[in-house]
Amino acid sequence: MNPIVSIRALTKTYASGLQALKPISLDIHRGEIFAMLGPNGAGKTTLIGIICGLVRASGGTVQVDGFDTIKDYRKTRSLIGLVPQELHTDTFEKVISTLRFSRGLFGLAPNDAHLDAVLKELSLFDKRNEQIKTLSGGMKRRVLIAKALSHEPRILFLDEPTAGVDVELRHDMWAMVRRLRDAGMTIFLTTHYIQEAEEMADRIGIMNKGELIMVEDKAVLMQKLGKKQVTLELAQSLSTIPASLDDLKLELSGGGHAVTYRYEAQSANGIAYLLRRFDEAGIAFTDLHTEQTSLEEIFVNLVRANP
Amino acid sequence: MNVHAVRAIYWFELSRWFRTLGQSLVTPVLTTSLYFIVFGAAIGGQMGKIDGVDYAAFIVPGLVMLAVLTETVSNASIGIYMPKWSGTIYELLSAPVSFAEVILGYVGAAATKSFLIAGVILLTARLFVSYDIAYPIAMIGILILITITFALVGFIIGLWASSWEQIGIAPSLILTPLTFLGGTFYAISMLPSFWQTVALFNPVVYLISAFRWSFFGIADVPVGVSLAATAGFMALCVAAIAYVFLTGYKIRA
Repeated sequence: MNPIVSIRALTKTYASGLQALKPISLDIHRGEIFAMLGPNGAGKTTLIGIICGLVRASGGTVQVDGFDTIKDYRKTRSLIGLVPQELHTDTFEKVISTLRFSRGLFGLAPNDAHLDAVLKELSLFDKRNEQIKTLSGGMKRRVLIAKALSHEPRILFLDEPTAGVDVELRHDMWAMVRRLRDAGMTIFLTTHYIQEAEEMADRIGIMNKGELIMVEDKAVLMQKLGKKQVTLELAQSLSTIPASLDDLKLELSGGGHAVTYRYEAQSANGIAYLLRRFDEAGIAFTDLHTEQTSLEEIFVNLVRANP
Repeated sequence: MNVHAVRAIYWFELSRWFRTLGQSLVTPVLTTSLYFIVFGAAIGGQMGKIDGVDYAAFIVPGLVMLAVLTETVSNASIGIYMPKWSGTIYELLSAPVSFAEVILGYVGAAATKSFLIAGVILLTARLFVSYDIAYPIAMIGILILITITFALVGFIIGLWASSWEQIGIAPSLILTPLTFLGGTFYAISMLPSFWQTVALFNPVVYLISAFRWSFFGIADVPVGVSLAATAGFMALCVAAIAYVFLTGYKIRA
């Protein structure tokens, strides 16, 4: 199946001379949740801006569902729902009127039944006749999502959807995003929260300083770059690691009562290998526990490696 | 043509206006009433007729223009500056709409408001002075042309402005002088000949002249010339807005 978004050699240099995007190529697959990770200023928002029509590219092309975002902008934009990072709302308007406005703006005939369904999905139905200025920050964020969904897009762009959102609401938001994906929508989100990407994404991209450093299935990424470590609690403390185990680069801790062994997730020299070596060296242990590096550590290492 | 989008923008803008209908109407009506009391009743009584028309009646079209131009520019500029300022313009920029549709929506709404204001002012004027409209249909046509043209001017100011101060300054700094010097209170023929020539560079002269013609059948400038000048000015505004949208100037990074 052809990708829903196809980005080729996309660049952006702002009038100030800032090169926000170095040539970027990326495909977003239909029906996936794609999370773009990156520190501030990585170019995530610029990338979304170009796809959605807010920012003009300096070079390269973007196709949405096979249509060019410049030549066929009507076609591509009607397929896209955008939820911006900042809470830009018409403060004096009622929730329902801004939704009607959004739906019309994107070229669809009025359909209050659809808008009501969207409002219910986002737990905003009770607030539909309230002025937006009376709503809390979390609700305003949901109003923006409702506006984006009001015109029945095929792909939803969420720019930092959970920035400044409390934990409970964040989990609600994740659940909602999953429901949308289950209903067939493609989701592209940017985030600072690695936990968010780890929790939700099917694929993860990592950007830094305008470059796309890596795009990978989440599971593959975790496996490929993930490191594991196993810690053995020793029956008797050691003052030094026996010379026969030097090649394992063990680390002694806990006053000689524990040793830690690090290995690549995909390595053949895993736990079984370690235990066999300990057995051969005649070292007894009472307990063991393993840990896997989180996406956060992978991310930090990648960004550090690409300064 | 994205008709739904034009309709959505148009009604969204009108409903914003209706929400504050009181203040939208009270200001122009009050200002115009003051002008009628001072210039029409107090001073006008001392003035002779101009081209056979009572002075108080003579200033009616000019005063309508004064209010309409100020209100149109102010309404249209706020209409597009508001989303720029609040950030909600992101939605307009990411929507499947062409610049022509955006203009139709915003400018159409601003022109509609001004048309309604003009009607209210004409009714108000009726309370102070009796006047007849010689060519009512032409009057409506000219009014529509003028409100659209100046809604375009307001739209450009709204696109250009980067602060609320600039939005406020434009009407008072540019429009009020142009309207006062455009023959609101006098016929251009009353000016010394040098200033008559200068006045012909003021686009508002043509508007007031054409509008006054529809009331009394008299004009400073032939009606055809007035309409041509207004249409030319309007084309210039459309070109300027097209430039803004096609190049992204000030709205698209």
